[in-house]
This record gives sequence, C-alpha cells and structure tokens, in this order.
Amino acid sequence: MDFEIIIQSLPRFFHGILITLEITAISLFIGFFLAIVLAVMRVSKNPFIWMPVYGFNFYFRGTPLLVQLFLIYYGSGQFQEFLSQVGLWQFFKEAYFCAVLSLTLNTAAYASEIFRGGIQGVNFGEIEAGRACGMSGVLLYRRIILPSALRIAWPAYTNEVVFLLQASSLVSIITLMDITGVARVIAARSFAFYELFLTAAVIYLILVYGVIFVFKKIEKKINAHLSEANA
Amino acid sequence: MFDIEGYGLLLLEGFKLTIIVGVFAMVISLLIGLVAALCKLSKFKSLKVLAEIYTTVIRGVPELVLILLVYYGGPTVIQMIASYFGKDIYVDVNPFFAGSVTIGFIYGAFATEVYRGAFMAVPKGQMEAARACGMSGLLTFRRIHLPQMWRFAIPGLGNVWMILIKATALISVIQLPELMRNADVAARATRKPFTCFFLASLLYLFLTIVSLAFQQWAEKKADRGVRRA
Repeated sequence: MDFEIIIQSLPRFFHGILITLEITAISLFIGFFLAIVLAVMRVSKNPFIWMPVYGFNFYFRGTPLLVQLFLIYYGSGQFQEFLSQVGLWQFFKEAYFCAVLSLTLNTAAYASEIFRGGIQGVNFGEIEAGRACGMSGVLLYRRIILPSALRIAWPAYTNEVVFLLQASSLVSIITLMDITGVARVIAARSFAFYELFLTAAVIYLILVYGVIFVFKKIEKKINAHLSEANA
Repeated sequence: MFDIEGYGLLLLEGFKLTIIVGVFAMVISLLIGLVAALCKLSKFKSLKVLAEIYTTVIRGVPELVLILLVYYGGPTVIQMIASYFGKDIYVDVNPFFAGSVTIGFIYGAFATEVYRGAFMAVPKGQMEAARACGMSGLLTFRRIHLPQMWRFAIPGLGNVWMILIKATALISVIQLPELMRNADVAARATRKPFTCFFLASLLYLFLTIVSLAFQQWAEKKADRGVRRA
C-alpha cells in the first residue's frame, strides 16, 4: 500500500471534508424547516393540502436521489431559455446550487414523513390540555405538538441525517469536489485507486459515527426531563 | 413522449437490466444477511465481533465509495495478492458483477439487522416446546425457528428491497447499461435531458409502486395463520 500518496493528498481531502459538511449542513438546515411545514400540511384533513404533499413525498422517496440530482442539474438545461428569462439560470447552471437543491428536497421529503409520525404519536391528552388552556392553531403547534413530536421523531431523524451525509457523496458525480470527488480526481491521475477510496471510506466512517455521537447527545438533552435521575 | 426519438426502447432495456441487477443483489444480501444475523446471535464471541464489524463499517460508508472501491480498487488488490504468491495476472472486473455484488454486500448489512430482530421476535416457548418434543438444535432451527422468523422479517426485508433497487442507479457510474446509464446516453443524444431523466424516474416510481403492492400481498400471505382480534 502506498502511504505516501495518502499523506500527500490529505490537505485536499481536508478541503473535501469541508465541502461535504457544508453541503450536508445547508441542505439539512433548509430541509428541516421545509419538512416541518410539509409534515404539518401532511396531517391536515383538507385533501387540497395533504394530497400535494403526499405526491411530493411519494415522488422524492420513490425515485433514486441520483435521478433527482440529474433531473435538476442536467434537466434544467432543457429550459435554459425560460430560466434565463426569469433570472434563475445563473443558479441552475451552478453544480453547487443544484446539489444543495436536490439534497434539500430529498431530505425534506424523508424528514417530513418522519415528523408526521412524530406528530401523530403525540399523546392526545397533551393536545387536549393545551386546548383547555386556550391554545389553538400555531400556538398549539409551537408550544405543545412540535416539541413533543420532535422528541419522538429524533432517533429516526438521526438516521436520516446519516443517510444524507452519505448521500452527499453523489454530488461528486456532478463535478463537485467533496470527499468522494477528491478521491476520484486524485485516483484518476495517480492510479492509486484503492488507497484513495479506502481513505475516503475511513473519513466517512469517522464523520458518520461523529454525527451519531452528537445527535445522541442532543437526544439526551431534549429528553433530560424524562430521564430517571429527574423522575 | 414515450418514444423520445427512438430512445424509448433503450430506456426499457435499461429498466430490464436494473431489475436483473436488483434481484441478483437482493439474493446476495438475503444470504449474507442471514449468515451475519446467525453470527450475531451465535454463542461464539469471534463470530459476533466479526458480524458487528461488518454491519458497523458498511453502514458508515456511502454506497458510491464502496462501489468505486470494489470496481477500481478490487483488481489492484487481487493482483497484489497474486504477485505476493509469485503470479502475474491481469484482472478486469465486470461492472455487472462488481455492481451487484457490492450492492448486495452493502444491503446485506441492513438485512442482518432485520433478520436479527425477526429471529428474536419468535416466542421462546416455541423453541422450548420443540426441544421438549425431542428435536435437536438444528432440527428446531429448521422446522420451528426459521419458518416462523420470515413472518417478522417480511416488512423489513421489503424496505431493504425498496432502498436497494434505488441504489442500483449508482452502478451507472461504472458504466453498466442499466436504466440510469441508458437515460444518460439518451439525454446526451437527444439533448432532452429533462424528458429522459423524468421518464427514468417514472420507471423507478413504477417499480416502487409494484414493490409496495407485492409487499402488502406478501405480508397478508405470511400472516394468514395468525388470529386477529
């Protein structure tokens, strides 16, 4: 095994880690809020509200992320004229924008189904008590339903975050230099394929278990009042 | 719309290969998962640790990196091992083989957890009764434990299949002419990338819908002996 090439490419891998984390974090952040809105719409009783969300979720969960990525990055080229007219082409021609957009929509679809489960899992007594205190609508959601739902959904959401971190490796296919992208480019030049892909795999492994550690810590924090020590 | 200048057939051919690769990979993952789950539940510490390492590592590395690692790195490793034994060979990995085996290997880790849960869900009294009837350990496993485990495993394995079939799109990266790769070829030739990739996505969606229906049917069939309140 050629260790020299691994050590030599570490600075570039470091840059790749930053890109991977950046894309994942931005998509997660926007996707999180989008997912909450979608989840609230999804549990609505009005079919004009829940059905579009159902369709959106079904499409984004039923097709591969790679297709979604290509559909946005390459597919937008088919509408170049229209997109230029409305001033959006400058965004769609950027691989970075398309990568973030597709990852955001994808995670929003998966997370909103997770949050929906959380919302439906909230103890009805809590909602009843909230109503009895005179809360309704947004206030009820903000103070009672969403905090409780998030607590229920957190372990499943942790899984989704890990999936998104790994899925972000696909952005290397549309020329971005994330961890996988760095490994592919250096490997193509140096032919040290398995050294570099193995390095990439180890980096992902560390990141994934780092993320799991952090999210478990948060889980403990948001459930602190339920832990046995306080009971 | 479905013809797309004569490239519609190319998409359908790719669709066929996607299904073949998916089924092949699924069979591999079902077998690996079963073996790994039995290792995790076995009495031997070393087998347990081995299976634990397998699922931990596989679930922490992106599929794409593993596919690239096996396809591009595999030949080098095999050649290195061969030259260690004084043989000079040239290995060329077939994309179909590399892709489906890697995907199967990855989703075997997910299947492992499904099987483990299913094995543990079978009531202990069943196995105790079998032993009391004089069945040996292996016979108990074959007649009582294994057949009853499937009922608990089907929903989980159905989910593994649905993630797996979408993951096969990644094999397009190593030039296997499956649905995604053919859609890419058609998109370049016709200069209608949106139409081609959208059609491809609809074909994947169709596969998901059929799989969901099949899963529901299988669950019903597996539960037919269970009394419902």
